[in-house]
Amino acid sequence: MDTAPDPADTNAFPTPEAVWAALSDVEAPEIPVVSVVELGMVRAVEVEGTRVRVDITPTFAGCPAFHAIREAVSERILALGATEVDVRRRLAPAWSSDDMSDVARAKLRAFGIAPPRAHGGLVLPELEAPVACPRCNSFDTELRGAFGSALCREIYTCRSCQETFERFKPL
Amino acid sequence: MSGSGDLDPTLREALIARLTAMADDELILGHRDSEWTGHAPLLEEDIALANIAQDEIGHALLWLEARTALDGSDPDELAFFREAGAYRNVRMVELPKGDWAFTLLRQFLFDAFETELLARLARSSHVPLAEAAAKAAKEEVFHLRHSGLWLERLARGTEESRRRLLAALEQLWPYLPQLWQPLPGDAALAEAGVVPDPAELEEAARGRIMAALARAGVEPPAEAVPNPGGRERHGEALVTLLIDMQSVARADPGVEAW
Repeated sequence: MDTAPDPADTNAFPTPEAVWAALSDVEAPEIPVVSVVELGMVRAVEVEGTRVRVDITPTFAGCPAFHAIREAVSERILALGATEVDVRRRLAPAWSSDDMSDVARAKLRAFGIAPPRAHGGLVLPELEAPVACPRCNSFDTELRGAFGSALCREIYTCRSCQETFERFKPL
Repeated sequence: MSGSGDLDPTLREALIARLTAMADDELILGHRDSEWTGHAPLLEEDIALANIAQDEIGHALLWLEARTALDGSDPDELAFFREAGAYRNVRMVELPKGDWAFTLLRQFLFDAFETELLARLARSSHVPLAEAAAKAAKEEVFHLRHSGLWLERLARGTEESRRRLLAALEQLWPYLPQLWQPLPGDAALAEAGVVPDPAELEEAARGRIMAALARAGVEPPAEAVPNPGGRERHGEALVTLLIDMQSVARADPGVEAW
């Protein structure tokens, strides 16, 4: 499960590198500004000739977007020239919001969703930490609902700019 | 440590039964929670319960996928094409949703038990089960937080909220022990380290529930509860629930959603 092509195998097509690059085109359906790679959902890529295996971990077990993601991943890799694609759902290690890249966090903020900060496994304290408004950056915000429009989100309001926004839940 | 192929036939059958029971608990509870969609007293609570319902159904899928690895069964087939008599959920989760206090108290009792169960299953000697439990446990944290807060709010809120909470507690209490009542195959599974020791799990779950009730200033009802029997016994409520839950799938059995 590596990201660099085997130097001895000059005929490897597609290369693991090419697969990872292609997966960067697969967006999260409900958050179309971030890719499944940036979210840290892609755990492994294995290429054997023209057969490709990808291990993906769900963010939340009940997330309905996983089906769409699985199909999109398969289509994208077939488009690279793979003859067979095996997309596996892997539960361990369980997805953590810490698996999200800083690029993903910045994109979420720009999209209007407050990103989760790195929590190092201490989720409950992070739930109580102050959250900056993605629009005006004020910390004068309050939790309106611990659950939001999708499994991964909570609802906040900003007392400074009066807007309502969602935060990606630390998990 | 065992993977999908390592169990002897007896343990395999026992684990299939346990996974089915746990999946059915989640699926039926998730459906009851979803019945509040569009009807909850507050918009934020409508959203919260819909999220919790979706999580529970996701957890049902985790257990059914672990079962698929053992016997090749199809989760959709099990969810939508079994009759009530074949379901193995506890009676508590199939009871009609009642009022808000009933739903949130039932959710709390289940969440409290499940928190203890998942913490132990995450250490199961059967690796796929441990992985599924560890995954579910992360999401369960949010459920227990939510339902635990509601226990406090209902208990200390108004005279009406307290009255409704106490009424719900009287109704639900007799069904509680069935949650930790071991299945016939659980003893063997416990010995193999696949599931926790039932007595220890019961003590932990009871302890958590009693502590929460005490913190909320609520007396538990008197013990001496009737035995709801085995998980193969269900009430009329499950029949009507399944008519609702299975209607779309049964209307077009061959349809492919994904």
